[in-house]
Amino acid sequence: MVSLLSDVAIIGVGWYGFSPVTLEASFREMAFEAAVSAYEDAGDLDPRKDIDAFVTCEEDYWAGISITDEFMPDQLGGVLKPVYTVAGDGLQGIASAYMKIKTGLFDTVVVEAHSKASDILTFHEIMNFGFDPLYTSHIDAHPYYLAGLEANYYMLTSGVGREHLAMIVEKNKRNAITNPLASYGSKLSVDEILEAKYVVYPLSVMDIAPLIDVAIVFVLATKDKAKKLSDNPIWIEGVGWATETNYIETRNFGEALYARIAADMAYRLAGIEDPKKQIDLAEIDDKFSYKELMHVEALKLSNRYSSHLDLERGEFNRNGPLPVNPGGGFIGIGHGLEAGGLIKLLEATLQLRGEAVGRQVKGVKRCVVQSWRDIPTATGAVVVLSNEEV
Amino acid sequence: MDEKVRLKGTPIKRFDETITVERSSTAKYAWTAGQAISRFLVELKKGKLIGRRCNKCRRILIPPRMYCESCFRATDEWIYVEPIGTVNTAVVSYITTTREKLEKPLIIAVIEIEGTGGSGLFHYLEGVNPEDVINRKVFGMRVKAVWKPEAEREGSINDIKYFVPITGGEEK
Ligand SMILES: [Zn+2]
Repeated sequence: MVSLLSDVAIIGVGWYGFSPVTLEASFREMAFEAAVSAYEDAGDLDPRKDIDAFVTCEEDYWAGISITDEFMPDQLGGVLKPVYTVAGDGLQGIASAYMKIKTGLFDTVVVEAHSKASDILTFHEIMNFGFDPLYTSHIDAHPYYLAGLEANYYMLTSGVGREHLAMIVEKNKRNAITNPLASYGSKLSVDEILEAKYVVYPLSVMDIAPLIDVAIVFVLATKDKAKKLSDNPIWIEGVGWATETNYIETRNFGEALYARIAADMAYRLAGIEDPKKQIDLAEIDDKFSYKELMHVEALKLSNRYSSHLDLERGEFNRNGPLPVNPGGGFIGIGHGLEAGGLIKLLEATLQLRGEAVGRQVKGVKRCVVQSWRDIPTATGAVVVLSNEEV
Repeated sequence: MDEKVRLKGTPIKRFDETITVERSSTAKYAWTAGQAISRFLVELKKGKLIGRRCNKCRRILIPPRMYCESCFRATDEWIYVEPIGTVNTAVVSYITTTREKLEKPLIIAVIEIEGTGGSGLFHYLEGVNPEDVINRKVFGMRVKAVWKPEAEREGSINDIKYFVPITGGEEK
């Protein structure tokens, strides 16, 4: 597009956790460990000298602290430096860092997100607190009912059956078995998955991604810096994000509009006209099994109401023409609250570097990564990545 | 409402009959204390104050951290320090957390622990009067921790009840 603006690259990644429980470390210690790894990976950076700004992604109510922002600089090397928190998913933080670099004012920007989900004792009551206090929180049911409402509507309009949801679960849990970062891999048949008890019809425990603790740190840089510091920069070709109306009952339940608009924005920046042809691998939000199908359609990787048919044909398998969540997705890896998008970005980055141990897909050149901010939001973000310099 | 009142701004702002609705939530967390603070709390229960030293900047961090935020490196060793310090700044509070008036005002201080190079604790200060804060007598005053009886300690920052001035001839 505009040549004055530098291209943006991922030059370092680091992580800690990927575990259902992390009793041994506080969230600060987890973030420090992840940061040390990321700076080493980025070519032995010293954040006190070499990093210009920091973006962290956090939601106070998951953290259990007000103004969590203030808790973040120390463990990242960001004390007395420009730091702010995006109250959103990690991919929204990536978009924020991307824009910072595009301004020309920052050469290197760090993005951090973490989940300490195991510290949360009343997860579902806190999730329910995200509903409108006056006219949606009166429903005295587990907040997963909102996913059930959406799943039922989507299945009614698309022809998706419960067996398709089970096929997503089967694929993702199987993909996770060989992913060393995944906590919930297992080999189950579609029939076995269909036998699981319902939580809210049509979703069973199998359809709902379990939680993990994790801290992830990314280092982003300008093209000049990336060339100096990194042997394997991964280029961010496009970013996008969008939020639907907060009036839940007004939303379009049959389509993930937030994801479609975010994808259109990212594709436009990346110059992608035919995602199905131009994308080699997709990391798609599967906090609920049906969401993977909806999101695949929103990202135009399948035609509307036909993602389940593509799924039936094995197109999204790790060895298929368009692998979706070849590392296991949230259903297989576990989902990490606002670090969710960074879990997906990490999977895609490792794939593009050829470092996806146990789940490497051959010949990956361009990936799309998508996240959704969980119940009760309709916010999503998309990032397009490539290992080929423009 | 008074028809003569002319409201500024956009037309949605009317004051015919607006109400508020109370809401509460049960948000509970169990914070993982982690490597540094777990040890800190365990030692407090024993009546000891422990920090982590950074061998690069030579500071002893209290409360301890496994990393030095200034040098951005892992801290190097556990160091016990005497629960003695200097009042860095202090304040008199006449109200509780929920703004009720306190019968006896609280004196809260930042106490720089001796020998740490700037680390310290937030705590209550006893044995001084509000006037001592107001006339700035407490600033720079040497103070020491007063511990709860051993049986009452539970591995908490409150195992130190408060700090009190070290009086004239007293050493430590
Ligand atoms: Zn230091």
